[in-house]
Amino acid sequence: MSTRDLTVPVTAPATPWRQRLGTIVPILVLAPSLAASFVYVFVFTLWTLYLSLSSSSLMPTYGFVGLDNYASLWANRRWNIAYTNLFLFSGFYIVGSMAIGLLLAILIDQRVRGEAVWRTIFLYPLAVSFIVTGTVWSWLYNPVDGIQAFVRGLGWADFSFALTANRNTAIYAVIITGIWQSSGFAMALFLAGLRSVDPDLIKAAQIDGASVSRTYRKVILPTIAPIFLAVAVIQIQFAIKTFDLVAALTRGGPGVSTTFPAIYVYDLMFQRGQIGEGAAAAMMMLAALAVVLVPYSVWIVWRRRAEGRNG
Amino acid sequence: MAEIAANARHDPEAAAATRRYFWARFLVYAVLTLFAVIYLAPLLVVVFNSLREQSDIARNGLISLPRSFRLDAWAQAWGTYCVSGTCEGMKRNFFNSLWMTIPATLISTLLGAMNGYVLSKWRFKGSEILFNLMLLGVFMPGQISLMPWAFLLGKLGLTNSTYGLVLIHVVQGISFTTLFCRNFYVSIPDDLIKAARIDGAGFWRIFRKIILPLSPPILIVTVIWQFTGIWNEYLFGVVFTSGQQQPITAALVALTAGGTTARAYDVMSAAVLIGALPPLLIYLFGGKYFVRGLTQGAIK
Repeated sequence: MSTRDLTVPVTAPATPWRQRLGTIVPILVLAPSLAASFVYVFVFTLWTLYLSLSSSSLMPTYGFVGLDNYASLWANRRWNIAYTNLFLFSGFYIVGSMAIGLLLAILIDQRVRGEAVWRTIFLYPLAVSFIVTGTVWSWLYNPVDGIQAFVRGLGWADFSFALTANRNTAIYAVIITGIWQSSGFAMALFLAGLRSVDPDLIKAAQIDGASVSRTYRKVILPTIAPIFLAVAVIQIQFAIKTFDLVAALTRGGPGVSTTFPAIYVYDLMFQRGQIGEGAAAAMMMLAALAVVLVPYSVWIVWRRRAEGRNG
Repeated sequence: MAEIAANARHDPEAAAATRRYFWARFLVYAVLTLFAVIYLAPLLVVVFNSLREQSDIARNGLISLPRSFRLDAWAQAWGTYCVSGTCEGMKRNFFNSLWMTIPATLISTLLGAMNGYVLSKWRFKGSEILFNLMLLGVFMPGQISLMPWAFLLGKLGLTNSTYGLVLIHVVQGISFTTLFCRNFYVSIPDDLIKAARIDGAGFWRIFRKIILPLSPPILIVTVIWQFTGIWNEYLFGVVFTSGQQQPITAALVALTAGGTTARAYDVMSAAVLIGALPPLLIYLFGGKYFVRGLTQGAIK
């Protein structure tokens, strides 16, 4: 790293003031962004942390109430629904989109024709907003107009597909739509991984007489194991931040059955005038992200160091 | 191929192998086609419905091949459809989104390029730590910043304005753009910079003459990533703007929520497509860069 350090003034015929300017300009350029990021990351977080410990209701106030907001948050039935939904959604969403993504990636990797076309089709949902996706799928789930009506129209009169109309199944509508939206993303990452596997490794396995499926199971997939983890970590982040999709698809309903933490934060802060408790819920979201990301970052740094030592 | 087939007639084992190969290929394409249909169906449904007459939709259902064709729904969705009292369609919200997304994308990309340049080529004591601190912005959930932004925008007189959203998206975007650009510039050989410095080139001259000419690939990736992300953003739009100031994502939710009676699927479909079109076009024409941004953003 020190070899890259260019701030050591080059012994060129530069005048002292130019030298000094040379070290100050980069810092000046960086300063506004640094200040903004610092405020955004640290000041805002501490601010919200403080609000979560305050008696703020309709307007922010700064009367200190300790952990009261957290206590009433965790005692709330709707928060209970929100994080139960988050766990349920995360599990199915991650496993589902990774399984489909891997399947599609392996299929595309079989030297299919028109690879670019297939890829474009599977990935386009990612370019479109969750608002658009959620809106369109809410129509498809609508029992009167959507898929149910379509299949019944084909002649299957008892066909029932009304996930979003029922409190117990609405969450699965969110899960299915989430998987639809993001399995293309998993596919893209897996495909990049599959392409990076050393061809000699695959050839060696084939020469040893391993079948295609055995080659994948024993040679290729273990090599791209880190990608599984990367995809999972990114998708957990998506899941924890899930807001738009639910807002457009079910609006948290029927009733409160598809409330997610992010939806609940929004509701508390802007619909119910419970800013303190809303801030507490937002801090819980941050905590959830930290639980996932801190160990992952530590592992990444550790792995990079290990690679640095070996290579 | 023909040769193999000819030989296969005489050799049962080869014939079996050919058949197996054929069925394997068939299966690959069959599964891919199945998924392609699942992926494309919602898009087709919306496109069809935006072109069908409302009576056709009412009679034959939402999911059906078009039996009528007209562009009225698009015109209504763009200019005259009524949402909560105002009959101006999506046009104003579309331009709100545009005037929010373009400046925010350009400013954050420019800042990201300069930050990336400093953090890769003009490192100083502690610059790595500063870089890592900036990266934390990538992971921040928007909910954490809602109340502070509400306060700041209020103080700056930027509530319910596109400028306020530009500010938010620039600040939030800096961490992404810096990350992208810095990781790209690291791969530019330092010797190039050193040689230029020995020749007497300074900070800005090196940036203009060496860094920028090498930057198009990463700048395109960054611009596409930022544009798509900001255009599609909903949380800040719905919290900090209302009515005529809303970006299109927030307006779409308002539009499709209103009217529990006979739903104007034709107009709503056109409106949804108007909202989806800019990022879709960017994706279709810049797909390669879009994917590159994805994988780069993800692997880090």
